[in-house]
Amino acid sequence: MNKDVILQVKGVSKSFGGVKAINHVSFDLLKGQILGIIGPNGSGKTTLVNLITGFVKADSGLIFSEGKKLIGLPPYKIAGLGIVRTFQIPRPYHSLSAMKNLVVPLYSSRIVRTIGGKLGDRDTVALDILEEVGFERDAHIPYKHASAFPEGFLKRLELARCLALRPHVIIMDELFSGLSVSEITAMIPIIEKLQMNGMTLIMVEHRVRELFQIAHRVMVMNFGEKIAEDVPDEIIKSEIVKQAYMGVT
Amino acid sequence: MSLPTVAFVLGLLIIPLAVTSMAWQKIIIIACIFAFLALSFDFLAHFVGIVCLGGAFFTGVGGYISGLLNSAFGLPLVITIPIATIGGGVICTLFLLPCLPMRGIYFAIVSLMYPLLFARVIQALNIFGGTDGLPGLATFPNIWVELYLILPLILILTFGLRRLVNEDFGMVLRAIKDNDQAVKASNINITWFKMKAVFLAAAIGCFSGAYLTHLYGWVGISLFALDFSIFPIAATVVGGVGTLVGPVIGALILTLFSEMLREFGPLRVVFYSLILAGLVILNTGGLVPYLQRKYHQFERWIEI
Ligand SMILES: Nc1ncnc2c1ncn2[C@@H]1O[C@H](COP(=O)(O)OP(=O)(O)OP(=O)(O)O)[C@@H](O)[C@H]1O
Ligand SMILES: [Mg+2]
Repeated sequence: MNKDVILQVKGVSKSFGGVKAINHVSFDLLKGQILGIIGPNGSGKTTLVNLITGFVKADSGLIFSEGKKLIGLPPYKIAGLGIVRTFQIPRPYHSLSAMKNLVVPLYSSRIVRTIGGKLGDRDTVALDILEEVGFERDAHIPYKHASAFPEGFLKRLELARCLALRPHVIIMDELFSGLSVSEITAMIPIIEKLQMNGMTLIMVEHRVRELFQIAHRVMVMNFGEKIAEDVPDEIIKSEIVKQAYMGVT
Repeated sequence: MSLPTVAFVLGLLIIPLAVTSMAWQKIIIIACIFAFLALSFDFLAHFVGIVCLGGAFFTGVGGYISGLLNSAFGLPLVITIPIATIGGGVICTLFLLPCLPMRGIYFAIVSLMYPLLFARVIQALNIFGGTDGLPGLATFPNIWVELYLILPLILILTFGLRRLVNEDFGMVLRAIKDNDQAVKASNINITWFKMKAVFLAAAIGCFSGAYLTHLYGWVGISLFALDFSIFPIAATVVGGVGTLVGPVIGALILTLFSEMLREFGPLRVVFYSLILAGLVILNTGGLVPYLQRKYHQFERWIEI
């Protein structure tokens, strides 16, 4: 196996009742790259994210990360390996402030014995992470309850929760959806910076134009199957993708 | 300490001196027992999101452990109560463990079924004294010990829990209540955290049962009575959910109130139910939140 492969998905399938949500999907994720995943509604993108992160159990197939078998591990253990995800519909802790939302990952077994956990100044660490995803440091926003946040902030908080776990791989499930064009424009440099710092990213997106600016490779899903995988320029030209995804005939 | 906190602490410590008869002092102790159970309920329900109707389960298990240790081995209550608290907490947690992944009503139902089950098993197999229970157990030296052992413990527990829910551990519990999936995604084993929370709540309940056992010098299947599951919830509703102080005050008010209604005989339950239903329907949010609002208005008024 190529040692630059950080995540290997091999022939994974998952059905819900009669629906084949994922049908024999395989791909390799290369270390340090951004892999985009696109596909129409219901094509199985979120299910794929759930399979990799342990939230859904695969019917068959294998998933490896750096020699470790991921299938069968509970979600918290996969997160502990540094493979983390955001949720398509943000899942904040409504009754806690943005800063306190980060207490949870900072208290995890992965972090608790390092800086930001029980060592060092945790509030500073939390504020740094929030600032990194675009919360203004001096404003009172980090202290506001998450229930008061608009969608854009909740999406950023999702990303902040991932960063607090100091991950190797971040899987973002439609981070851009629900954001305005200017918010997306502000997010792109943040994501590029993560990649430059050595993180590996999977971006499930509907915002194809923005995704194609930053992704190294793009995988296309349709009816639970992978129908194409290539560099963005080739994907744009592909007839199959046009038919399946863009609805152009 | 703020003014309301001081009032709460002093009030609790002074009540026994304010009442005239020993009968009323006994009633205050019973109120304290219910206050413990109400704290246990409020903690799990509001800060962990587990609706637990296991009050009767906890008092029964705690009561029988201390009763058995005392009658079989002659251990004094200073030993039986702590063992019943910790050991009972462990036993109850183990029994509730299979329902930890369940949500909402399922946990509530199972926790409500256990005391019924245990009481029937004790009756049917005629173990632990069967229907008669175990009489002649150790009691406290006098009423003042009974009172001034439990009252400070209530204060310690109330403020201890309040502190706990604002510490890291408590933040994780509250996060589990808000969104358990996101906690799982944050490399946290939520079953382990829920288990610790349930242990804490169970231990509190088992302590109440053990205390009650030595208060009466007797343990029997009435320690599995559903009152111990239902009454704490009523106390929490009256006092204010999620305030911790509220359930304690609610337990005191309800116990005293139900004693005062005793002369009405059977009508007592009617009054009692009407008042409870009224409180829930009017959605008052509980006494303590109401007082908090008034107090803040008052503070602002002083500032002007
Ligand atoms: N937990 C579940 N139970 C039953 N069916 C499910 C479940 N999760 C997903 N599905 C089904 O699997 C299919 C794929 O859904 P999935 O959410 O993975 O699509 P998606 O590509 O993420 O769509 P979208 O772009 O709308 O987010 C759909 O038909 C969906 O109804
Ligand atoms: Mg989706």
